[in-house]
Amino acid sequence: MNLTVNGKKRSFGGAPFKRLIDVLREDFRLTGTKEGCGEGECGACTVLLDGEPVNSCLIPVAQAEGRRVETIESLASSQKLGVLQEAFLKRGGAQCGICTPGMVMTAEYWRRTGGSSEPGAVRNVLAGNLCRCTGYQHIVDSVIEALQRKGKGKREKFE
Amino acid sequence: MTLLRPRSAPEALEAFEKNPGALPLAGGTDVMVLWNMGLLNGKSVVDLSRIGEWRGIKAGKDGVRVGSLVTHTELQRHPVIRREFPLLAQACALIGAIAIQNRGTIGGNIANASPAADTFPPLAVYEAVVHAASSRGRRALPFLDVFAGPKKTHLRPGELIEAVEIPYARPRPARAYFRKVGTRAAQALSKTVAAGLLWLSRDKTVAESRFALGSVAPTIRRARKAEDYLRGRKLTAESVGRAMELVGAEIAPIDDVRSTAAYRFAVSKNLFKEFLTCRPR
Ligand SMILES: Cc1cc2nc3c(=O)[nH]c(=O)nc-3n(C[C@H](O)[C@H](O)[C@H](O)COP(=O)(O)OP(=O)(O)OC[C@H]3O[C@@H](n4cnc5c(N)ncnc54)[C@H](O)[C@@H]3O)c2cc1C
Ligand code: FES
Ligand code: FES
Repeated sequence: MNLTVNGKKRSFGGAPFKRLIDVLREDFRLTGTKEGCGEGECGACTVLLDGEPVNSCLIPVAQAEGRRVETIESLASSQKLGVLQEAFLKRGGAQCGICTPGMVMTAEYWRRTGGSSEPGAVRNVLAGNLCRCTGYQHIVDSVIEALQRKGKGKREKFE
Repeated sequence: MTLLRPRSAPEALEAFEKNPGALPLAGGTDVMVLWNMGLLNGKSVVDLSRIGEWRGIKAGKDGVRVGSLVTHTELQRHPVIRREFPLLAQACALIGAIAIQNRGTIGGNIANASPAADTFPPLAVYEAVVHAASSRGRRALPFLDVFAGPKKTHLRPGELIEAVEIPYARPRPARAYFRKVGTRAAQALSKTVAAGLLWLSRDKTVAESRFALGSVAPTIRRARKAEDYLRGRKLTAESVGRAMELVGAEIAPIDDVRSTAAYRFAVSKNLFKEFLTCRPR
């Protein structure tokens, strides 16, 4: 079974009902994506599937066949962070970091699709991403900062 | 566990003919939670997600036909749904959060038959019809007739939901109302969820009202007695008060992890009052 992960064609020959998160972490060694609840509640496992945020703990890999998956690893190169990641660093949007990859991927979808930087709209789009550390304010500030920065992210790379 | 992946509706119906005990899989937002808890070991699962015929929203002369695989995100974004069925668009925007809305389907929401499902009050007041198919044939069920109890439908083994048909509300209602009451807007199941449509005659009496409540009985409820009572009456403090009592008599809420019966009684009546007395939108 073939799928595109972070712009590269990958193939997977294991159980078709293996969860996408496990295939990403165990088979493709992309351990940036985290598991929190395994029930769709926390959003830690958020990746983009054909550009839209989804919970990778709720998707059997068979349903990703032939589709485009993007994980947190796609947003930075070894030299340079993406705009969202820089903003999270600057604004203290990450503490323990478990929720961060999911937060950033949901925010990345919002940034790419021209989402509003109104705090209410940002909080709404992040509503399925839970954080036990920051109290959310720093995360919302980080996302707003990134949205307001006119500079380019890594969007062009995988489209 | 075995996974079958039919590419068309006839193939899917045939798969169920051969494996009547198999479990359908659409967006997986309910099924995968069970799988992750280890409750599906040894089961056969039929993935419906490649059935092209069951995708897409078709707007016709009298209503829309929504394929069972249409997601909550697609429903919210569709211009005809937003214009003609704003209550459904509002409900879909409050299901889980965006990642759930991107995967969860209308067919899965219906087949899952949770008493708290948020699309149910809108579908009940718009008087949707559910189209089901099996290898033996097709049938159409009025929305309320689909449900047998909490998490139980009248779908037969091997019978699948292909589409939901929703007739346009004509004449356009004077008032359309939706409200979800939960611990927070996102990601929380409803304590109570309600939808209402109201038509007024020229003399300001009620021509027709439809009100549906979720999470207050084993299945979604229409407030038929209150609706009948209001027909031909003016909305006064007295008629609204009497109608609220009738709503209270029609529901059977329970205490559960999310709320208490007493709270749900009070909230249901107040939602009905808000529907009847709020300014038209
Ligand atoms: C974190 C979280 C939050 C949620 N919040 C809400 C909420 O706020 N409101 C709400 O209403 N729901 C909520 N849900 C429940 C769920 O997302 C919805 O019920 C969704 O619409 C289910 O659709 P699905 O395609 O994912 O279904 P699946 O999980 O694929 O299937 C659900 C059930 O329906 C059956 N089925 C699916 N498609 C068909 C078909 N075409 N014909 C016959 N049977 C079929 C399956 O066998 C299964 O029993 C939530 C779920 C999660 C995990
Ligand atoms: S791990 Fe997937 S939503 Fe929590
Ligand atoms: S930073 Fe720890 S959960 Fe968000």
